Order: sequence, then structure tokens, then C-alpha cells
Amino acid sequence: MTFIKDLQKVLQQNIREYGMYIALFVIMAIFTVTTNGIFISSRNIVNLLNQTGYIAVLAVGMTLVIVIRHIDLSVGFLAGFLGAVAAIAMAFWKWPVYVVMPVVLGLGVVAGLATASLIAQLGIPSFVASLAGWLIYRGAILLVTMGTGTIIIPDPVFNAIGNGFIPDIPEIGILPGVHKLTLIIGFLAIILFIAGAFNDRKKKKVYKFEVLPLNIFILKLVTISGVIGYITWVLSGYRGISWTLVVVLVVVAIYDFITSKTVLGRHIYAVGGNPEAAELSGISVKKMVYVVFGSMGMLSALSGILFASRLQSATTTAGTLFELDAIAAAYVGGVSAAGGVGKVVGSLIGALVMMSLTSGMNLMSIDISLQYIVRGAVLAAAVIFDVATRNRAK
Amino acid sequence: MNTPILEMKTITKVFPGVKALDNVSFRVNQGEIHCLVGENGAGKSTLMKVLSGVYSHGEYTGEILFNEKLQKFGNTSDSEKAGIAVIYQELALVPEMTVYENIFLGNEITNGFVINWNETIRRSEEMLLKVGLKVNPTIKVKDLSVGKQQLVEIAKALSRDVKLLILDEPTSALNEVDSENLLNLLRDLKKQGVTCILISHKLKEVIKVADSVTVLRDGKTICTLDALNGDVTENVLIKHMVGREIDNIYPPRKHKPHEDVILEVKGWRAYDTTLGRNILKDINFNIKKGEIVGFAGLMGSGRTELALSIFGNPARYRLSGEMHLKGKRVHFRHTSNAIAAGIAYVTEDRKGDGLILIQDVKQNITLANLREISRRSVVDNNAEIRVANEYTTALNIKTPSVEQKVGNLSGGNQQKVSLAKCLFVKPSILILDEPTRGIDVGAKFEIYTIMTKLVEQGMSIIMISSELPEILGMSDRVYIVSSGRIAGELPVEAATQENIMQLATD
Repeated sequence: MTFIKDLQKVLQQNIREYGMYIALFVIMAIFTVTTNGIFISSRNIVNLLNQTGYIAVLAVGMTLVIVIRHIDLSVGFLAGFLGAVAAIAMAFWKWPVYVVMPVVLGLGVVAGLATASLIAQLGIPSFVASLAGWLIYRGAILLVTMGTGTIIIPDPVFNAIGNGFIPDIPEIGILPGVHKLTLIIGFLAIILFIAGAFNDRKKKKVYKFEVLPLNIFILKLVTISGVIGYITWVLSGYRGISWTLVVVLVVVAIYDFITSKTVLGRHIYAVGGNPEAAELSGISVKKMVYVVFGSMGMLSALSGILFASRLQSATTTAGTLFELDAIAAAYVGGVSAAGGVGKVVGSLIGALVMMSLTSGMNLMSIDISLQYIVRGAVLAAAVIFDVATRNRAK
Repeated sequence: MNTPILEMKTITKVFPGVKALDNVSFRVNQGEIHCLVGENGAGKSTLMKVLSGVYSHGEYTGEILFNEKLQKFGNTSDSEKAGIAVIYQELALVPEMTVYENIFLGNEITNGFVINWNETIRRSEEMLLKVGLKVNPTIKVKDLSVGKQQLVEIAKALSRDVKLLILDEPTSALNEVDSENLLNLLRDLKKQGVTCILISHKLKEVIKVADSVTVLRDGKTICTLDALNGDVTENVLIKHMVGREIDNIYPPRKHKPHEDVILEVKGWRAYDTTLGRNILKDINFNIKKGEIVGFAGLMGSGRTELALSIFGNPARYRLSGEMHLKGKRVHFRHTSNAIAAGIAYVTEDRKGDGLILIQDVKQNITLANLREISRRSVVDNNAEIRVANEYTTALNIKTPSVEQKVGNLSGGNQQKVSLAKCLFVKPSILILDEPTRGIDVGAKFEIYTIMTKLVEQGMSIIMISSELPEILGMSDRVYIVSSGRIAGELPVEAATQENIMQLATD
């Protein structure tokens, strides 16, 4: 009986953290039932993850922007514009892809720093500064595509980012039609995860710090391993892990590490929690604004690359409303507008929740009008849940 | 004279896990100034929240009789209608609005639909006259000093025909002159038939102004004393408040400060570009190793600005003058340079700009010196917990664990966390700005003991304080700051409350 009690206690204490995962699970389960399993099919899940990619990287950057109590509205059209720049460089100037990508990412950083300088140096509210960027980049994308309209991207390497999959090991006769390298990677991920968890627990015990009760700890390991295993199994049933997924996972892993483990991350959250206190603790608030907006600009460029690569072309409307999808994903993922609270993994889950809704409702052929209403309701529900659990906490 | 205006009987209020009020009885007579004293957490504020309807009827047990009628306030507007007004430490004025708009906010003078601004201004002038505030009611509240804002708030209460005025720590943010004015105002209001409840940590002013005093301790009424016959002394009150006698709350010092000067500031001047004038001019002072130097002065005299201008100038004044640290000339471009050079600053406003309330104890303690517990910019979580545990033990910070959010701690413990953060940067000079504001006697004594220990280890302390007894009790030397300059320097042996006040006000 203590097991149930322990479980209840752990769930209650961490309801804010686990809430999103449970919500994502429930939404996926519902769509699986209503679409007779099409939703959870390998092909659909792979597509879903690829569609989430360009919003997810924006949501990761937006998380930090909102954490330091700012907002960046310019990211959508900046992504679209930089995608067009990449397309022009490859299609017309014949630049090699390995030059184009770092240059475009660098341009993103420059654009982010420009916004940051308005905010940090002149004290202009980020809403206004980035709204100006929104207009400017919207104009810029129209300007560069004016003569040509849609620009077809000829580079196969570039296009693989949004459409390709990691290669498989050669057929060895077992499990035909299954992407075996994906399975191997999934298996390694589970092993690494379990080993890491045990290692961490051992260290904590040496210091006599509080750890989860053993049975809950095992339940957590089994659940997460199960989820990783199931996802890799589903993915391996189609074409395996896509390059987009690799990009997203690498971005999330780097940002999660920076925010939770490094001095820089702690300084960002301190600035969000109380800028005056941070300043008096020797942290430069201005510098953090530059860092966060610079990173946001770089991720906008990455989002533009993912989107252009997925369409294999740059269009005049690329990036429209990306910024609002990213902001919604961040809020669904538990970021607080009051500043100082929010995790990048949460925003990834938030992006998945929003994209699952779109994908599932598309499969059910629900009209677009209703889709917007449902997504709006889910966003509202997520924020209400956040406020309710925050007031109850402790 | 002895008819009660307010009787609270057997009030019990329970929070999850804590009995904040335990069978409290509280009786206030018509037309008196009744002081309510007790340590932080004794239940004073909770009792006043019960009275004013912040906790509605049903959330507590017991009876409230006001004007001989049983009252069941559902919210604060019910108690306001009955004639009870509370003035909190944190003022509830809208800074961007004018004085007259604030006075009649929520109680507008209308002809049913449209506000009559002329009448509003005329009535505001009447109210300002009553509280003795000579300002034009058309100026914005943000342009007034804190002391004057408080008077505006009292004027607001009077405009609503208040019968019982409750003031929660009204003088904690005021200088001696403004405090004195406020106490005089309370006496005037008494003559006009307004009953006052005054909550205060400053026992001297309690003794000066009270007709009766009620002492709370641990959620219980300890006693109600009649102050008119002169039995109430500071020692009696402290004894009742803490349940023991504290002979001398300033711990004795064994060591004398060294003779070598560690910090010297010469010809220091600061120009505030937004105000368009010099806020500091011709400042010269020095700090010796192992010395506590008190900076006395009135609120707004420039003490905090001086501290901030030395501490990397986060407020961005235009500075000129020289600063020598350990014999070397220094210039700090940012607070991080000052911290690296060994200066730490504990702010006067721990909630506003000292702590990150939504983060936990360990994150706050390590914030200013994360490098110390990280390797290649990666924070070592275990080292962090170890450091936090060390400091919570050393400073006796009462918290269930170092993972508790700082916002959930009491004022005294928050102050200690704020202090721990600054000590973790291992400074050689510690600037304490109002180190004991709004914390109770017990926590004060602990802070003083810590300060004594630190200077014995060779640290130098700059202590900015508006409490003269604290300046006299703790300092080795006193500088008096007045209107942005050093008005005088006194060795503590020669300093008295009188000569400090004289220098501070000239």
C-alpha cells in the first residue's frame, strides 16, 4: 500500500512537471482511438515530428526570451526571410551548402543582437522592438522574392535536412523492412538513460540527499524506457529517425544542458526571477538580453532552414504566424509570463501537443475553423492549469 | 472614556500546519491609541487581517464586536463601510495618479455618473489640512517622499469617515523627523475622536504614544498594559514579547579594528542624469580593516546612492572622484567588478532587489558566486547543496530544507539568506543597507552577532542605518550623511543620538 501512497505523493508534488506529459499522452490516446490507429501509425508519427521541428526550435528559443520577461514577435518572418536568403545563395549564387548554413545561422545571430540592442541599450519594450522586426522582415522576404516568386532549392544535402532520414545498416536478414539503426540507437539511449539515473542516485545517496523511493524510481525508469522503446519501434517501422528529429533533439539537449546545468543558464533564470537582484549579484542584465535574443535569432535561422528544406523551396509567405505558434507552445509547456519559470523540454512537449492537435484533427477531417477553436481552448486550459497548480503549490 | 469600540473574543485562525492565532482576545477603547507589539510571526498582522476582513467570517472562529455590534465581514470593503481602515507597510497608492485622485479612489465624488473634479480637489485640500500635509493635491503621488505618501494614505482613510485606523509598521520606512510628525498626527487624530491601532517594532515610539499596549507572542495574547501610568518600559515590553529578558542586544566586541585603511574614497561626486543634478558631492571617507563604520542620516540623504555608486554603480550615475581599494586605485564598470574586487552589498529592500523569491534557498545563496561551485561553467549541484547547508547552519537560517522557496520564509530568515548570498562571495568589505529593517528582536540579535564575528575575522563592514540605537550600538565610527554630502564624522564614543540628528538635519 505504501507504493500507491508514495506514487500519489510524488505525483502531487510534481503535478506541474508531469501535467504536460500526461496531457500529451491523453491527446495522443484520444486521436489513436478516433482515427482507428492511423494517428499512431509509423508514417504519421514521423510526419508529425518533422512538422513540429521548425516550431519546436523556435519554441526552445522563445522559452528563454519569455523567461527573461521579454517577447520576440519577429522570429516568424525572420525565419522565412533567412530561409529565402539560403535559397537564393544556393540557387542563384551557387554557394555550397556548407557555407550557406553557417552564414545564415550567423545572420540570425546578428538579427537577434540588433533587436537586443534596441531593448538593452535604448530601453525599448521588446514587444515594440520585435514588432518593428516583424514588419521589416516581412518586407524583406517580399523584397528578395519579388523578381522570382517561389525559389526552388537545387541542393540535395540541404533538402535532406527536412525530408531525409539517417541511413540504415545493411540488411542482415533479420527484421526485414525495419530500420535497424534506429532500433540500436533507441536501445543505446535506454541503456544510457538507466545508467545515468542510477549513477545520479548513487551520488545523491553518498551526500545523503533526498531521493525518490526505490519502487517509484523503478516505475519511473520502466515508464521512460518504455516510452523511448515504443517511439523508436514506431519510427523504425517507417523510415527511422529523420534528420529533422536529430536536429531538434540536439538543440533541445544543448539548451536543456545549458539552462539546467551551467552558470549561464542560472544567470538567465536569475534575471527572469528578479532583474534587480540579479544586477546586484553581479549579473549583467544587458548581457543576458543579448545572449538570449542572439540565441533566438540563431534558432530563427535554423527554423527557416528546416522549413525551406522541408518545402525544398523558399516562398513569399514562409514564416507566417510561426512566432505565435512558438509562443503558444512555450506557454502550453509551462513557461510563466511573470518571468523566471519554464523549461525548454516543456516547450518541446508544448509544441508536440499543439502539432498533435493539428495532425489528429486533420486526420479526422475536422474543419479548420473548429481546429483553431480547439487549439485556442487547449492553450487556455494549459495556462489555467498552470495558474491553478502554482497557487496551490506548497 | 472606557467604552470599548472594538472587542475581539477568542479568535482562532488556523493555517495548514500552524495555529497562527490561538484564542486571542483583544479590546480597544474608544478614542485611544492602542499599540500592538510582538515578534515577527507572533500573529499581529494575522489578527489585523481577521479584523479587516482579509480573512472572511468563517475562515476563523471567534467573535468581533465593533461599535457594540457583532460583525461578520466577508471582505475588506465590508470593514471599510463599518469605518475600519488599514494602512499597510506597502502603501496602496497609485504612483502615476495625482494626490486628489488617490484620496478619492474607489470613493469618487459624483453626481451619479460624472466625477466632480473641482469638489474632489476642494475636499482633498480639506483632508490634507487634517493630516498636516502642505502639498498641492494636483501633483503626482510618485513625486512625494515616502513619509508624505503615508500621510496621503491617512488622508484617504479620513475621507471615508474612518472610526478605527490601523497602522501596520508605519514608521519603518520613515526618518526620525517624519516619524515624529506621524506620531504627532496620531495624537491630533485622537483628539478628533479617531481610534488608532498602531503595530510597531519600535518600542520607544510605542512608549511615547500609546495609551495601552497589547503584547502577542506565538499567536496568544500575553497581556494588555495600561501605558498612561508609566509602568510600560522597553524592558518590560521586550520581556513579554520574547518571554525572557535581553539585557543588551548589542554583543560586546573583543577586538579593536586595525589601523590600515582598506577603502578610501576621495572627492566622490555622482550626477543623476534623470534628475539632472548632483546627488552626491565632495564625499571623502575611509574604511579600516576589521571596522564597522556606521552611515547615519535621514531617508533620502543619499546613503543608499553612495553605497550603490561604490558598488559598481548599477544605477548608472555619472561618477567622478577617486576610490582606492587596498592602496590601489579602482574603477568598477559593473557590479560584477566590485564583487570580484571583494565588495558585497546587502540591499535594504530584500524582496524588491535582494532575493529571487521564486527560487529556492540554495539558488539564492550561490547566485553571486556560481563560479565557485562550478567546473568549466557547469554547476555542481551537490557542491551547491553542501554550500547552502553550510551557510544555513552557520547563520541559523530556519528553513525545512535548502530547497524551500525563499518567498515562503519569514522576514528575518529572508534577510539572513540575503546576507548569506553576499558572504558567499567572500568579500573583504560588506555593505549592509538597513540590515535589520522589519525583522524581530531575536533575529536582530543574531544579525548583530554575525556582524561581530565577521569583523573579528578581519572583514570591514559599512552599515547604513536609520535606527540610531543600532548605529551607536554597533559602529566603531560614524559618518553622518546629509543632502548628498558627508556632514560629519564622529568616533562612536563621542556620538549621541542628539549630535547625530543635529548633523543629519543641518
